Amino acid sequence: MNDNEQTVASKARRQFLGTAAAATAGIAIAPGVLLYEVAHGKADDEPVSSTVRWGMLVDASKCAEGCDDCVKACSAENGWTPVAESQHPTQAPQWIRKLELQDPLTQTQLNLPMMCQHCAKPPCVDVCPTGASFKRADGIVLVDRHICIGCRYCMMACPYKARSLVHEPLNDTQKPDVPRGVGCVESCTFCVQKLDRGEGTTACVEACTAAGHGALVFGDLNDPDSAIAKRLREIPTKEVRADLKLDLGVRYHGI
Amino acid sequence: MASITYREIDGDSAGYWLLLGGIALFVLFGLAAYVYMHHHGHVVTGMDNQIVWGLPHVFAVFLIVAASGALNIASIASVFEKPLYKPLAPLSAILALSLMAGGLLVLVLDLGRSDRLIVAMTHFNFKSMFTWNVFLYTGFFVFGGIYLWTMLDRTVKAYSKAAGTIAFLWRLILTTGTGSLFGFLIARELYGTPMLAPMFIIMSFAYGLAIYLLVLFAAYAWSGRPLGDALVRRLKNLLAVFVAAVLYFVATYHLTNLYFAKAQAVEAFVLRDGGIITTLFWVVQVGLGGVAPLVILLSSLGRSRMWVAVASVLVIVGGLAQMYVTIIGAQAWPLEMFPGYKATSSFFDGVVHAYTPSMPELFLGLGGVAVALLMTTFAVKVLRLLPEALDDATVEKLGH
Repeated sequence: MNDNEQTVASKARRQFLGTAAAATAGIAIAPGVLLYEVAHGKADDEPVSSTVRWGMLVDASKCAEGCDDCVKACSAENGWTPVAESQHPTQAPQWIRKLELQDPLTQTQLNLPMMCQHCAKPPCVDVCPTGASFKRADGIVLVDRHICIGCRYCMMACPYKARSLVHEPLNDTQKPDVPRGVGCVESCTFCVQKLDRGEGTTACVEACTAAGHGALVFGDLNDPDSAIAKRLREIPTKEVRADLKLDLGVRYHGI
Repeated sequence: MASITYREIDGDSAGYWLLLGGIALFVLFGLAAYVYMHHHGHVVTGMDNQIVWGLPHVFAVFLIVAASGALNIASIASVFEKPLYKPLAPLSAILALSLMAGGLLVLVLDLGRSDRLIVAMTHFNFKSMFTWNVFLYTGFFVFGGIYLWTMLDRTVKAYSKAAGTIAFLWRLILTTGTGSLFGFLIARELYGTPMLAPMFIIMSFAYGLAIYLLVLFAAYAWSGRPLGDALVRRLKNLLAVFVAAVLYFVATYHLTNLYFAKAQAVEAFVLRDGGIITTLFWVVQVGLGGVAPLVILLSSLGRSRMWVAVASVLVIVGGLAQMYVTIIGAQAWPLEMFPGYKATSSFFDGVVHAYTPSMPELFLGLGGVAVALLMTTFAVKVLRLLPEALDDATVEKLGH
C-alpha cells in the first residue's frame, strides 16, 4: 500500500466514523428533541408545517340536546362574551354555536355545533382585499387583526355564517394570547394558541370529552395514526355544503 | 358644424350660495354620522352579524354604479361620435367623477377600521374582487380626469377621442367589477351568477342618465341659460330604453331563478313573502322605478320637461330600492347549510333577518350624495363645463 492509497483509505474511514457518530448522536438526541417539541409546541419564530392538517370530527349522533358545553368552553378560552350575557345579541360575536335541526317531514331532530369549517379552499380568504384572511400551512383559517380593515366581505362570502364583526369596544375579559379588536372580523381559530403551545386539542373538544359525550374528535388529518384519522376510517362522514367543494377541515357524522 | 361656447356659471347669486350651503350641511351631517359610528363601533348602526352590509352600502354601490353611467353621455359624444352629445360631455365627466368620489367615501367610512385605509392601499390580495375594484376606482379617476382635461384644454383636444375610448372601456370593466362583487359570492342564493355584471352595467346607464338629466335641468334653469326641447327629447328617449333594459334584466334574472326548485323559496321571499323587501321590489323598484317612468317617458307626458324630471327622480328612487333589495334582501334570507332541515340557533340560523337602518347610516349615505353634488355644483362655477346655450337652434347646427 503506497502513501496515496493509505490517504484514500483513512479518508474513507474518517468519513465512515463521522457519519456513524452523527447517526448515533441523531438517534440519541432525536427522541429528546421530538419530545421537547410535543411538550413545548413550536417556537414563536418557527413556521407551521403543511405536513399537518388540523381537523375536527363532529359526531352529531352523540351531540346532546340542550348541551352547550363546547360553546361555553370556547367563550371562556377565547374571551368572547356569551351571547346570553350580551346587551346586543344580534351584534354579539359567536365563534361557535349549537344548531338544532329538524326534518319537517319526519320530525327527526339533530344537534350539532357549527363553526368555521377551516376550508382548504376558503371563500373568505379569496375575497379578502388586504390578505388579512389567510390560511396557515397547517390548514387553520385565521384573520390577521393587524390588517383586517373591517370590510365584512368575508362575512358575505362565508357559506357557514362562521364569522362575526366585533361591533363594540371590548370589555376586560380579553385573553393575552387571543388578539381581538373592535371593527375587525373574527371566527373560530381551532384554539390556535393551544395548538402552538403543543396541547394538540381545542377547548370545545376538551369540554365535550369532559362532559362524557365524546361528540368531538380533534387531530391531524394527515397522520394516519391519529385518533381522528382512525375514526374517520371507521364511520361515514360528510362535509356541510359538500356541493361547494371547499374541502373542509370539519367533518360531520350522522347528518 | 357650429362651435359651442362653454362658460362657468356666475355662481354669485344668493340662490347659488344657499344651494351650496344646503348641500354642505348634509356633508357635515354625514361627517358627524361617521365620527359617531367610528367612535362607538358598528353597534350604533342597524347592522349586525346577519345583515353585515347595510344602508351605507346601498348608497355607496348606487353612487358608484351611477358614476360610471353618468360618463355615458360623454362616451356617446366622443366614442360613438354623435356631435349632438358633444356639448353635454364635460358635465357628464365631472358628474361621473363626483358621484364616484361620493360613493367611495361612503364605502370607506363604513369600514370597521376606516382608520386603516392605508392598509387597504398597501396590502393587496389579487384574488379578491374588492382589490380589483380598488384599482378600477383609482383608474376611473385617472382616466376620467385625463378625459375631462382633453375636453377642457384646447392644446390636448386631439387626444379627446382616445382618452374617451379608454375611459369608456374602463367604466365598462369597472361596473363589471361592481356587479361581480356580488356575482362572485357563492354563499348567498341570490348572488353567485355572472348575470349581475351585465345587469349592473345596464343599471348604471339608467341611474347615471337620470341623475345627469336632473343636474342638467337644474343647472340650466337656475343659471337662466336656454335648454332646448330637441336635446331633452333625445335624452328622455334614451332613458326610456335604459329603464326598459333594466326591467328586462330583472325579469330574466327572477324567471330563471323561479324555474329552479332550489331557488324557489328565496324567490318566494323576494317576490311574495318578504315584507318590506317585497314591497320595495314591486312597488318602488318595478312600479315606481320602472313601469311609471316608462309610461311617462313614452307617453305624451314625456313632452313636458317637468314630467321628464319626475321620471328621472323615480328612476333614482327605484334604483335605490333595487340596491336595497339586491344587497339587504340577499342577506336577509338565511344561509341554507342543511337543505331539507329547519334550523334554529342562538345565531339566528334559519330565520329571515330583520334590518332597521339607523339615522347615522342614513346620514352617512346622504353625506355621500351631498359630496357628489357639492363637487359638481362647485365645479360648474370654476370650470368651463356648461355651454352658454343649448337651445334648439344651437343644437340644430351641431348635426346628428
